[in-house]
Amino acid sequence: MEKTFGNEEKNLNVQELIAKNKSTVSFGNYVEKLIPKALLLIATISILTTLGIIITLLTETIEFFKDVPFVEFFTGTVLKPLGQNAQFGVLPLLAGTFISSGIAMIVAIPIGLMTAIYLSEYASDKVRRFLKPMLEILAGIPTIVYGFFALTFVTPLLRSFIPALEPTNILSPGIVMGIMIIPMVASLSEDAMSSVPNSMREGALALGATKLEVTWRVVVPAAISGIVASFVLGISRAIGETMIVTIASGSTKNFGFDVTQSMQTMTAYIVEVTGGDAPAGSTLYYSLYAVAMTLFVFTLIMNLIARYISRKFREEY
Amino acid sequence: MAVITDFSKNQVGLKNQGKEGFENMTAKNLVFDTKDLNLWYGDDHALKNINLDIYENEVTAIIGPSGCGKSTFIKTLNRMVELIPVVRISGDILYRERNILDKSFKVEDLRTHVGMVFQKPNPFPKSIYDNIAYGPRIHGIKNKKILDEIVEKSLRGAAIWDEVKDRLNENAYGLSGGQQQRLCLARCLAIEPDVILMDEPTSALDPISTLKIEELVQELKKEYSIIIVTHNMQQAARISDKTAFFLNGEVVEYTDTNKIFSTPSDKRTEDYITGRFG
Ligand SMILES: Nc1ncnc2c1ncn2[C@@H]1O[C@H](COP(=O)(O)OP(=O)(O)OP(=O)(O)O)[C@@H](O)[C@H]1O
Ligand SMILES: [Mg+2]
Repeated sequence: MEKTFGNEEKNLNVQELIAKNKSTVSFGNYVEKLIPKALLLIATISILTTLGIIITLLTETIEFFKDVPFVEFFTGTVLKPLGQNAQFGVLPLLAGTFISSGIAMIVAIPIGLMTAIYLSEYASDKVRRFLKPMLEILAGIPTIVYGFFALTFVTPLLRSFIPALEPTNILSPGIVMGIMIIPMVASLSEDAMSSVPNSMREGALALGATKLEVTWRVVVPAAISGIVASFVLGISRAIGETMIVTIASGSTKNFGFDVTQSMQTMTAYIVEVTGGDAPAGSTLYYSLYAVAMTLFVFTLIMNLIARYISRKFREEY
Repeated sequence: MAVITDFSKNQVGLKNQGKEGFENMTAKNLVFDTKDLNLWYGDDHALKNINLDIYENEVTAIIGPSGCGKSTFIKTLNRMVELIPVVRISGDILYRERNILDKSFKVEDLRTHVGMVFQKPNPFPKSIYDNIAYGPRIHGIKNKKILDEIVEKSLRGAAIWDEVKDRLNENAYGLSGGQQQRLCLARCLAIEPDVILMDEPTSALDPISTLKIEELVQELKKEYSIIIVTHNMQQAARISDKTAFFLNGEVVEYTDTNKIFSTPSDKRTEDYITGRFG
């Protein structure tokens, strides 16, 4: 009896304490109400920043198109920003960007995906514990180091197979960008595949599927939206990558598909022009913005495609 | 012997696997025969000297309290238990007279003949059609016409055809739990296995879905041999021909279902069946 009473008393006290606290935390309540507003404000800042960047890009780009016709910019195969007969065709830069990114993805997608499959489906815990940090180290190397690696190691190595390869070329930085992106593709794809529930693998194994069949026909399809997302993030990363191409691909504004030649990407062009002294208000100066805008639009399109693909192929579970 | 290697029977003989079975009805063949089967999870001795013979075209029920090794036992019959790294097994399991624990026995072949329906429905995140076609496809059946036929036949076999025939291309996750379980059964039937293992297939289902599965089991035993784990005594009594009572990793009693539920020979069986423990 006594004990029960004691308990009741204790309960009462707790309730009282809560009631008391409630009256003293009115300041806390105030904060509680303010927090969503503060968070909204912070979120607005990033939105406003983005808007600001777009507006700046747009206004300067419009200035550029007053000097250079829109059609000439997008269909011109010659980019010769300096000198008497300056020509501003963006196609050489687009070619450089897409060829280097393409090479990077040819390297990164298969190796990254295979690595992810190995880590998620085949590797023992011990191996995984060793391999994952290795991948993370690869992801942590500064891009300037990759740039040097491309220029002073990969290019000479490739030249021993391909004598026609120029000292600066688009192939080598493309491959090195691919190597740089592997950890990203591998670790994001691995996350997506590890989160596929085991019951699904068991369902397939119980039908007599081999491990490989389970991986290709159940795990990869179930994780496809995450895998595709990793590919697209990789592509975005490659398109935006600056240092490696600036160092290892030179600044020749070549338009073509010959990967043994030096080519310039949009990012490398921006580096080159901002590095020189383009007088403000000149067409050269405005061309920076036009190229930046083009880069921005392509990245945006990429992300939209990614969202569409990953939504379309999403397998709900 | 022939049954294991003869894939043609499974792939082409869509129509009447049963016929052959009917002719042999009088003298039933052994499907599984375990000999001194022991299994350890690390140091935990989970199955102790199991000697069970399981017959063709019968429903064999496995009953027993939680943790007694029922799931472990049926998972050894298709070697799914090997997915757990700490497992060690000794003894023999003869499936159609061949020892499946033999390293030379290809586990994929075994699972092609010994299908499984899990406790929780686990459809793939694909369309209803692709779920059923998955098994036949991985075993090399690509012809659309044959696949269509298999899908319809399997869904009919699992009594779910009428409910899904107009939405075969919709994701299987849109089905209710009971429908998903019948879909999983249909997926299992699609490769026309020899034996079907079921681990508490109705424990997540409502009484009506349960009844449907039970009726199906009755129907299916004409063509398949079924081993079913259940916690439901009435279910075991209703649908099975033989019942094995497991306790602490041992088989206490294994005999005809009628007998075990009317005149059990072991006191512990009687106690369990009448609900005095477990
Ligand atoms: N993955 C595992 N690792 C270690 N021990 C396990 C594992 N799975 C099961 N066991 C042990 O093996 C014994 C038998 O388990 P099992 O799952 O076969 O029981 P069960 O009869 O199916 O029980 P339930 O009716 O609850 O499903 C238990 O003591 C359990 O702790
Ligand atoms: Mg169990």
